[in-house]
Amino acid sequence: MKALIHVTVKAEVLDPQGKAVQRACQSLGYAGISDVRQGKLFEIELDADSEDAARRLLEELSQKLLANPVIEDYRVVSVDD
Amino acid sequence: MFAVVQFPGSNDDRDMRFALKSALAVEAALVWHKDPELPPDTEAVLLPGGFSYGDYLRCGAMAHYSPIVAAVKRFAERGGPVLGTCNGFQILCESGLLPGVLIRNHHLRFVCELLHVRVEASRAPFTSRARTGEVLRIPIKHGEGAYTADAETLDALERNGQIALRYCEPDGAVTDRANPNGSLRNIAGITNEAGNVLGLMPHPEHAVEPSIGGVDGLAILGSLVDAVARK
Repeated sequence: MKALIHVTVKAEVLDPQGKAVQRACQSLGYAGISDVRQGKLFEIELDADSEDAARRLLEELSQKLLANPVIEDYRVVSVDD
Repeated sequence: MFAVVQFPGSNDDRDMRFALKSALAVEAALVWHKDPELPPDTEAVLLPGGFSYGDYLRCGAMAHYSPIVAAVKRFAERGGPVLGTCNGFQILCESGLLPGVLIRNHHLRFVCELLHVRVEASRAPFTSRARTGEVLRIPIKHGEGAYTADAETLDALERNGQIALRYCEPDGAVTDRANPNGSLRNIAGITNEAGNVLGLMPHPEHAVEPSIGGVDGLAILGSLVDAVARK
């Protein structure tokens, strides 16, 4: 199976990298770009008996390793055969 | 015996051992990250600075799951003193031994400078050699040292006296100007609630020789040595 997990910086936490990218957009002349938040996208290949089992495993993995709950949120975007 | 943990990418491990030996006459064993246990005679654990596991994913995130960190957690839960500097602080936060997290410096630049931190409370095992309110001059060198936690956690840290060090002016005033990285409430170091685990971004092991900027790091390392000697 293939899965995508999206990890984002929580809205209330400052994202200095996103801010820098936003400023770079401004200086390139894209005046309408008012905010950028930088996250991570994990493309994962895994073996699992069912989509449910895969999602359970991915939830666990996200909480344990892929995201730090103090500053980040995660979302399992898709699980495909 | 003191134990200094070596992760792949640690780079202050030998500095830490040298500082303990040359300035405090304390022997420290180097302990490999794959070791499942600390040496049986371990009296204190030091997690050094560096870039463990390349800082991949998040600083300290991979180290959290190395075998030795499980042993360090057990040691800390039994009340053993654990001190993490820089990457060691990041590992302590990622592994849940300390609350909060260190994120990218707000200005995005790597900072490497001698600066001032104020000792918020003189107490064993980490700051008994300093007076409460004393200003120490200790270097920092990091790109991801902005201490971050939610307001509730920060209030709890203040209430419980868990804030050990704050970035300050030379006279001890805690100001935005003295904050090198965007750390919330100028936090440079915190302890756990029990007080036996300290994480700090400054490097006390790099402030033990008058010829390279001062000996204020001994206020912290020396306190730990005193605490172990008293046991």
